[in-house]
Amino acid sequence: MPALTPTRATPEAGARPSEPRRPGRTRARGRRGRPNVLAGLAALVWLVIVAVPLYSMVTSTLRRTEDYLDAGPLDLPTAPTFENYLSVVDKGFVQALINTVLVTVATVALVLVVAVPAGFAVVRSRSRLASTGFRLFLLGLAIPAQATIVPVYLMITRLSLYDSLLAVVLPTAAFALPVAVLILSSAMRDVSEEVYEAMALDGASTTRVLFGLVVPLSRAGITTVGIYTALQAWNGFLFPLVLTQSEDKRVLTLALWEFRSQFGVNVPGLLAAVVLSGLPIFVAYLFARRALVNGLMGVGGK
Amino acid sequence: MTTATHRRVDRPGGVWALPALVLFGLFALLPMLLVGYLSLTAWNGLGNPSFIGMANWTRLFTDPAMLDSLRLSVLLTVLSWVIQTPISLLLGVWAAGRQRNRAVLSAIFFLPLLLSSAAIAVLWRALLDPNFGLAATLGPLVGFADGNIAGTPTGALLCVAFVASWQFIPLHTLFYQSGARQIPESLYEAALIDGASRVQQFRHITLPQLRNTIVSSSVLMVVGALTFFDTVLILTNGGPGTATYIVPFRMYTTAFRSYDYGYASAIAFALVLVATAISLLLVRVSGFARMRSTREGM
Repeated sequence: MPALTPTRATPEAGARPSEPRRPGRTRARGRRGRPNVLAGLAALVWLVIVAVPLYSMVTSTLRRTEDYLDAGPLDLPTAPTFENYLSVVDKGFVQALINTVLVTVATVALVLVVAVPAGFAVVRSRSRLASTGFRLFLLGLAIPAQATIVPVYLMITRLSLYDSLLAVVLPTAAFALPVAVLILSSAMRDVSEEVYEAMALDGASTTRVLFGLVVPLSRAGITTVGIYTALQAWNGFLFPLVLTQSEDKRVLTLALWEFRSQFGVNVPGLLAAVVLSGLPIFVAYLFARRALVNGLMGVGGK
Repeated sequence: MTTATHRRVDRPGGVWALPALVLFGLFALLPMLLVGYLSLTAWNGLGNPSFIGMANWTRLFTDPAMLDSLRLSVLLTVLSWVIQTPISLLLGVWAAGRQRNRAVLSAIFFLPLLLSSAAIAVLWRALLDPNFGLAATLGPLVGFADGNIAGTPTGALLCVAFVASWQFIPLHTLFYQSGARQIPESLYEAALIDGASRVQQFRHITLPQLRNTIVSSSVLMVVGALTFFDTVLILTNGGPGTATYIVPFRMYTTAFRSYDYGYASAIAFALVLVATAISLLLVRVSGFARMRSTREGM
């Protein structure tokens, strides 16, 4: 089976869960005839466990604090209000959003710029550096970012990068690299030798082979890596927590944590911040469900 | 083939991997080595670390507080696995089928994955509030008359395990779903001819066929639970008292609240050793490595 090769995050294997209605996928799924009552029941129970908190979160944000405190979290908003969302914007949400976007874009760019040639070298190079490097990346899969936080903090302060967005970008990118190189090299491995030979006939340089052939043919893998890295950067908490300090360097995840004390009993306001922080990913999910799922399956690595 | 096709294809040199290796080496491998070195020093963040030999390590093995953290981490790991595996397995196998409304339900199941750990922890902290949250309404139904589920030591640990499960079950469900879709249809057809019941099919076909998915998903769960941090900081902040002071949280507070960076490094290094050992053990015990790459699911 092709999907048994090193990565599950390849589009072929990873796309399945997100593509339930693709024709051909429906083959003989009703194999067991009768509906599976027990599993269906379990699915319903889980639906309640997932949906009730989310419902409570969204409806609460549309209510006034007094109503929330009086009537509890499950009551319907009788007179929907958007004042909670406005109060979130007042408390510096936009700055945090901009910081998070900057960190995410920079991390993704950095990872792609170094991981694409690295993946290419792992697949095509005969040098020992590339094969040793690949083994180091595999080793790196086992290193949890949490365990290295003290030396990373030490290094960032010594480099005078403390309390800057770059301080968050560098280690976040470094820890996304093992999965990135793994996904990219397995995507690039599918490029056949004949195509390389055809390029060589044309007298193409190595750089042209990479950008004219390998990159276009491994677009799916590159997309997966981009989304995986973006999610890591977007959701990152520990690196920003330890490596930044001032309010104008605060990213969204940290801002949420700070909001918790700032909002006090204004729970609807706090939940509005939670909703807003998830909104960009939700929009991405609506438009690029399959790509997002692949990126998430990559997350399995960490 | 003409001779022209044998013209040598230019291959990239190892240098192409160098930028990635430098970045990775500098901010991931070097810190790992430094953790090892710092664990042999005493350092409060000011001046330079001073070498003290194995003192931090001796302390690690005799510190009752550390032993307590270890107990909590093991408990949380076991709890997470016991809650997440059966539910993800059932939901994943169910979602791989063709029931009506499955696509809609799967999309809803997926939603927690769109929120960050911080967002989920903030949300649940609000929901678990004993006065105004969901816990005030539902607490009495599960034996907490005052709704203060997270206020007792056991309750707090259960809450952490529950929130972790709420967050990660969708991901593991995806793994099981794609695993279940790769089971050859012919196996079920043969079982149907033999008159096997649904439970028998599940036990003798689905479970054995999903073995590799179970192992890789379990490794991720175990390592994830051992390094679990964001949620604990936001949800319980280690409390009540030290009831949820799991190992990574103790490492964080030792470093960044008590400024005992040497001892914190020893905890961190031990954590990496334990997490790696457990993953290797799980892979070895299940004979997983012999069958296919251990990187599945990454």
